[in-house]
Amino acid sequence: MAQNGKPTSKSNGKSNGTRNGDAAPWVGRKLKRKEDPRLIQGISHYTDDLKLPRMLHCVLVRSPYAHAEVGAIRTDAARAVHGVVGVFTAEDVSSIGMVPCAIQMPDLKVPKHPVLATERVRYVGEPVAVVVAEDLYAARDAAELVEVDYEPLHVITNMEKALGNETSYVHEEFRSNKAFTHALKNGDIAAAFKKADRVVKQRMINQRLAPIAMETRAVLAEYLPGEKRLTVWNSTQIPHLLRTQISVMLGLPETAVRVIAPEVGGGFGSKLNVYAEDGIVPWLAMKLGRPVRWSETRRENFASTIHGRDTINDVELAVKKDGTVLGLRVRILADLGAYHQLLTPLIPQLTALMLAGCYKFPAIDIEIQGVFTNKMSTDAYRGAGRPEATYIVERIMDIAAHELNIDSAEFRLKNFPQSKEFPFNTVTGLTYDSAKYQESLKKALQLAGYDALRRRQKNGLKQGKYYGVGVSTYVEICAIGPSAATPAGGWESATVRIEPTGKVTLLTGASPHGQGEETTFAQLIADQLGIDPDDVNVVHGDTLAVPYGIGTFGSRATAVGGTAAYLATQKLKAKLATLAAHLLGAKPGDITIGRRVLTAKGSKKSIPFREVVMAAYTARSIPAGFEPGLEATHFFEPSNFTFPFGAHIASVEVDPETGEVKLEKYVAVDDCGNVLNPLLVDGQIQGGIAQGIGQAMWEELIYNEEGQLVTGTLMDYALPKAHFLPNFTLDRTVTPSPVNPMGVKGVGEAGTIASTPCMVNAVCDALASLGIRHIEMPLKPERVWQAISHAQAAPREPEPLLVGALAASAARKNAQKPARRRT
Amino acid sequence: MIPVNFDYESPSTLAEALKLLASREDAKVLAGGHSLLPAMKLRLAQPALLVDIGRIAGLSYIRESNDQILVGAMTTHADIASSKLLQRSSPLLSQAATQIGDTQVRNRGTIGGSLAQAHPGADYPAAVLALDAQIIAAGPSGERVIAATAFFVGMFTTALRPDEIITEVRVPKTENESVVYKKHHHPASGYAVVGVAVRLKVSGGKIESAALGLSGVSQNAYRATAVEKALRGKPVAAIREAAAHAAENIEALGDYYASAEYRKHLATVMTRRALEQAASGAAK
Ligand SMILES: Cc1cc2nc3c(=O)[nH]c(=O)nc-3n(C[C@H](O)[C@H](O)[C@H](O)COP(=O)(O)OP(=O)(O)OC[C@H]3O[C@@H](n4cnc5c(N)ncnc54)[C@H](O)[C@@H]3O)c2cc1C
Repeated sequence: MAQNGKPTSKSNGKSNGTRNGDAAPWVGRKLKRKEDPRLIQGISHYTDDLKLPRMLHCVLVRSPYAHAEVGAIRTDAARAVHGVVGVFTAEDVSSIGMVPCAIQMPDLKVPKHPVLATERVRYVGEPVAVVVAEDLYAARDAAELVEVDYEPLHVITNMEKALGNETSYVHEEFRSNKAFTHALKNGDIAAAFKKADRVVKQRMINQRLAPIAMETRAVLAEYLPGEKRLTVWNSTQIPHLLRTQISVMLGLPETAVRVIAPEVGGGFGSKLNVYAEDGIVPWLAMKLGRPVRWSETRRENFASTIHGRDTINDVELAVKKDGTVLGLRVRILADLGAYHQLLTPLIPQLTALMLAGCYKFPAIDIEIQGVFTNKMSTDAYRGAGRPEATYIVERIMDIAAHELNIDSAEFRLKNFPQSKEFPFNTVTGLTYDSAKYQESLKKALQLAGYDALRRRQKNGLKQGKYYGVGVSTYVEICAIGPSAATPAGGWESATVRIEPTGKVTLLTGASPHGQGEETTFAQLIADQLGIDPDDVNVVHGDTLAVPYGIGTFGSRATAVGGTAAYLATQKLKAKLATLAAHLLGAKPGDITIGRRVLTAKGSKKSIPFREVVMAAYTARSIPAGFEPGLEATHFFEPSNFTFPFGAHIASVEVDPETGEVKLEKYVAVDDCGNVLNPLLVDGQIQGGIAQGIGQAMWEELIYNEEGQLVTGTLMDYALPKAHFLPNFTLDRTVTPSPVNPMGVKGVGEAGTIASTPCMVNAVCDALASLGIRHIEMPLKPERVWQAISHAQAAPREPEPLLVGALAASAARKNAQKPARRRT
Repeated sequence: MIPVNFDYESPSTLAEALKLLASREDAKVLAGGHSLLPAMKLRLAQPALLVDIGRIAGLSYIRESNDQILVGAMTTHADIASSKLLQRSSPLLSQAATQIGDTQVRNRGTIGGSLAQAHPGADYPAAVLALDAQIIAAGPSGERVIAATAFFVGMFTTALRPDEIITEVRVPKTENESVVYKKHHHPASGYAVVGVAVRLKVSGGKIESAALGLSGVSQNAYRATAVEKALRGKPVAAIREAAAHAAENIEALGDYYASAEYRKHLATVMTRRALEQAASGAAK
């Protein structure tokens, strides 16, 4: 059904929004987003824009220590501040349930996670008390006057030390800092390594990142005691799941709670969660009988909103001389932080699932240990486990290609499954739906002018110029997902209602927060009903209006939520046909839906869409058994995930004197199945690539040994800025997914997944001639310079391509490398 | 993001401003607010009184006076960056200004504020040092001229007294010299990890004079006198060796982004490159 809109960086304004001929479907067109005018003009409403009569403000008092006993808390001075309404500590809020974790695993240690710290604080930024006042100024002043006695304890920030000689614990009761182990093994791994001509080993670190949505978290709650109704406005990706959790935390019937996600300014996974404040603020509103609002500051956002990544990975690839991969062994330490947030222990498991990448590994052996440390929790951040997996696979593939002296593109092509092998069962137990890996890589190579880049690289070396070409291919897991494989249901709901005037309301359980589904879902419904996207109003994010839904994350909204909308619309089309047939004296099967008109095949008699719709509501002439009205709901349960894929190529130049990296060219060929709106798909890819390059080059959330955040402000934590990046060359291939009727896959995270290893591959490739094989992220100029200086100081020893000597040589080589310090 | 309570005054004359400033110990001048307000929002700065000098007429200008260009303290980075007069007659200041922060920062931030703030990674300090600029400060007992070389005394510390207001910066015309500002931007803050300002006079293949100011490397911006000495009277080919002295005897700052060692290394490389560029400009 969908067309492949050819993406370009420039949008063709002319075709936008106007229908070029009646026959052309809306789907596949570069429609500008319906939501943009109000967002760009600043006339829409985020939680922090909402004001209610008699509204109070609150400020959390947070721990300045990473690990400490909490002694007395003195609140008198704070209470005495003019305008302060109340100060509350753990004792006061003991009726609020724990901050929830949705993940169950056999050996998972689940620490108690109260909304305000009780005897101990376990990370900097952990909430200890909350101050409520008439205005934010009073609340902020009073918060500073809350005196807390802390007895500092030994701080655990290093995972290896935390597991090593364990003498101090993040949670005493477990007598261990290991939260879980998770293994995924398949195929004969011992045989694979025995058969290997070469074993390629590398330790690689996936540093901790901050999601940094443009809008920080915010909660506004109001309780009406007469109606017994709690309304919570919350900047969330998951309004329904949050409603359920709030009702549990506060012991309210779920029917008494209404959650509204107003305008949500991005989430990147950080708002796919339930936080302490999500329970505290509604509790305060109930306790004080007045609306209460809380808005997170950017500093709080750094310290107390979930982080992403943070794994140490020891990787070994067994490979034959001819470049055939035989097996992959990965040991992962995952830094979970101090507590489990909603999905914390799940994320490394997603990494395990995706570690086969887009290659035919006969055997795999993965072991993951989740580790408690005195830091904020890690959880889902754009890509959630898949970027980590792709980084591991794509880095080790590149290192192997260099070691084997095989071109890195060729090496990949050799190990891809062929498109006829799909659906393809992976060694990790997944079934990839559909793909043409060769096609996308070849297209990317061609677009990048790969051969010319390689030639330039070779010639450059003669002039002391270090050019690098990074290749990264990827497959990701989207459309999350079949319910059996998800913690809280993987389906999505949609209600489509054709109103009496022919305008359409879509209620979607997906809760978009920047993705643009108000536009794309309107496009897909418009095509189905022969109307315009402007006739379709997409409603989301209000649990009182919308049927229970799962939300927007895991690149699922279109593939699962969009499919639900599509299928609900099919039900209405059948109803429209039945009624039109009745009105035209024809058979329902002969009715076709055209542009604003329904026509009977044989007689060619037709009736305007609006008349049929109105007839369904006036109900004066309806067939026997026909239910008046035009509303249909569908809960779509997907049969499988979808697996988008693609190939990215980066071309860089490294300044050997300063270690500065210049990204010259970036080419991305992505395949997310059929495309509803090329403009929005390109937008997702564009932003995703920037964010992924951000990890490769600049972003790092550093905790020092005292557990203090060193890069906890935007003046220290470097996000990618537009002028850091060249214009990207985007293109795509289209391999429809067989998993859903629209053949769509998902695109929200793709860019982030592919670009990180692509960038690191490019830089390491530029320096390969110096004997450099790996540099840890972010590739700060100093790190790159250090690597170059060390390599130049210790000339490369020739490496024999000999089994047996390999392990020793790899060990020696690793020993020569500059110490990779984790801070 | 909520500062502590403070009072606010916006006098219309310099005399009034000076009086207000002297009236309370914890009074502070407010110029563009792009250093002061962020610090107040984080409660790192807690002045009790802000004396906004933005409403005082005649503090924002760029004009010629004999062999100098006079720049009013309230002149914004944007105005300095785009000044035709500076670009023609003393471009080093403009070059530095174009590299400050982003558009919003350049539209609000002022040269007086930047110099008074004396952030170790600020851009102007390197430039005014290389230019041997004069900083004019007005105080309760009148005006005084502070040489740029005597102005920066430590991290966020200057020769300015708490009751003084910078009114003007005077820079020489450098029409017969070659000037270059080179900067390694911090990827998050945009400040200079290292900033090198070079002013070079070459005649007949020989370096007649050289002045270099470096920002970012240490607590405060400094003149690289060892480099200057190694260049004076030497052929252009002496640059490479001379540049090696760029951070000599300097106690460099080190942080998560750039260690002291790396800062010194960058200073050396960037000094060489800035000098080479200036020399090639001068040759033309
Ligand atoms: C995001 C961001 C990025 C930045 N990047 C850079 C950069 O790359 N390079 C750079 O150099 N700077 C940078 N800055 C700082 C910016 O240039 C500031 O504008 C400048 O440091 C201060 O100037 P101001 O006019 O805003 O002063 P204010 O913030 O108003 O004042 C700063 C201090 O100077 C005092 N003061 C101000 N004017 C006078 C005066 N006339 N006499 C005496 N005391 C005075 C104030 O009391 C205060 O203590 C950045 C700032 C931000 C917010």
